[in-house]
Amino acid sequence: MISPATVRRNTPLRYRLEAAQCADCGKVFFPARLVCPCGSRKFKAYTLPSEGKVVSHTVIRTAPRGFGDEAPYCMGIVELKDGTRILCQIADCEPERLKVGLPVSLEFRKIQEAGESGVIAYGYKAVPER
Amino acid sequence: MRDVAIIGIGMTDFGELWHDSLRDLFVKAALQAMDDAGVDHIDGLVAGCMSPGLFTGQEHIGSLLADYLGQAPVPGVRVESACASGGMALRTGIAYVASGMHDIVLCGGVEKMTDVSGAQATYALATAADQEMEAFHGVTFPGLYALIATAHMHKYGTKREDLAQVAVKNHDNGMLNPHAQYHMKITVEQVINSVKVADPLNILDCSPITDGAAAVIIAPVEVAKKLKKKPIVKVAASAHATDTIALHQREDLTWLKSTAEAAASAYKQAGVKPSDIDFAEVHDCFTIAEICVLEALGVVKRGQGGKATRDGLTARDGKFPVNTSGGLKSKGHPVGATGIAQIHEIVTQLRGEAGKRQLKDVKRGLAQNMGGSGGSAVVHILEVL
Repeated sequence: MISPATVRRNTPLRYRLEAAQCADCGKVFFPARLVCPCGSRKFKAYTLPSEGKVVSHTVIRTAPRGFGDEAPYCMGIVELKDGTRILCQIADCEPERLKVGLPVSLEFRKIQEAGESGVIAYGYKAVPER
Repeated sequence: MRDVAIIGIGMTDFGELWHDSLRDLFVKAALQAMDDAGVDHIDGLVAGCMSPGLFTGQEHIGSLLADYLGQAPVPGVRVESACASGGMALRTGIAYVASGMHDIVLCGGVEKMTDVSGAQATYALATAADQEMEAFHGVTFPGLYALIATAHMHKYGTKREDLAQVAVKNHDNGMLNPHAQYHMKITVEQVINSVKVADPLNILDCSPITDGAAAVIIAPVEVAKKLKKKPIVKVAASAHATDTIALHQREDLTWLKSTAEAAASAYKQAGVKPSDIDFAEVHDCFTIAEICVLEALGVVKRGQGGKATRDGLTARDGKFPVNTSGGLKSKGHPVGATGIAQIHEIVTQLRGEAGKRQLKDVKRGLAQNMGGSGGSAVVHILEVL
């Protein structure tokens, strides 16, 4: 769901890759959480690295509402250099180029436009190294 | 805690049922189950339904269904755990009966999916994924399972044909189930050449959009012994586990941890090992799911689900038949009804009422029902007394 409130609330996460690291066990959470499975409620500010590699991939050919004009598009699960995994689109990439291990870096891109509210939601997409 | 038995079962045909409303589908299945049990009154009702609000605009269905079943003012409630809502309805009802709170409880499942467009249905289903970290980026449910498939093929060498074989087998089984949505044999080549949805998954790797309902009546085993003429089917285990609903947050994309955890708990409750189970109904929402579920249930070793399917382990005449009903793939997948429809098939087989698809000498069956890309799983083990 895209609304002015959700876009605003998610700005640190989607614009600046702001995560949180457990102050006790060191585990990184993206998005930030309030409690770690280790039991700790203390977190440190943490910014994700933007380089990583593809660990799994697909090409979405039947798109959900809001993405129909873009299909087919590539998506993947990316493991960043610190081991954190994220899911996002893989942009500027021909489907034939997709493979496990493909080096990518995260870039700031437009993700989708909300229909009724007209809000444009930005965020990160992975782009293969050129 | 009291031992619980399943004393009545019912289900509608599964398909695109334009003339039936959500409430009528549920009541048809519920009345069949009550007639099968020989009861005209229930003490409570639990309905599994994933998203009546998004699929039909109707919430508050616990009361609606109790009323339309002619049972108000008995307590009626809807439970939701995405595509595992049906399994959760049974588990919730079992808690009522085992605890002594109620004696005769109807556990049903229903989903009315064809009142909305395909795009709206896709949107409703995608609410089972993490909205902020998955759906926001444009991934679909086939897309999430495609990511599991790509990882499984890369890690274990699972072949595209192995995925297809799951669909071929389940369509073979569905041919013999009069309730199934599709009575249509398919080949590996047809699956591989069908329309692409999310690579490597094609349309014939995906379960369909379906209307339907299923219901069971449960009671304490002692009550069942007084009531029944038919063989008594006892609930030997009822287990539930959760996991991250966002796929990418799991350590191993190919490992369905919630299913593995629920299965381990179920085996312990029943005092059995995987090799003591005669057959299973599992959540084949996409072909890769059945392969991963076989591994998580401990039926085969990690990574061997594709090969086991290729070798015929899970065929109707194999050593461990899986989805004799046709599974979600061929029988259809009205999401909230699926978990109860699985129980319907297990009981039908254990009673020896499965007609042309009847398995020989089966005493113990397992049902595995899964929500989202594996964020929840419910496992039941049923035994004939």
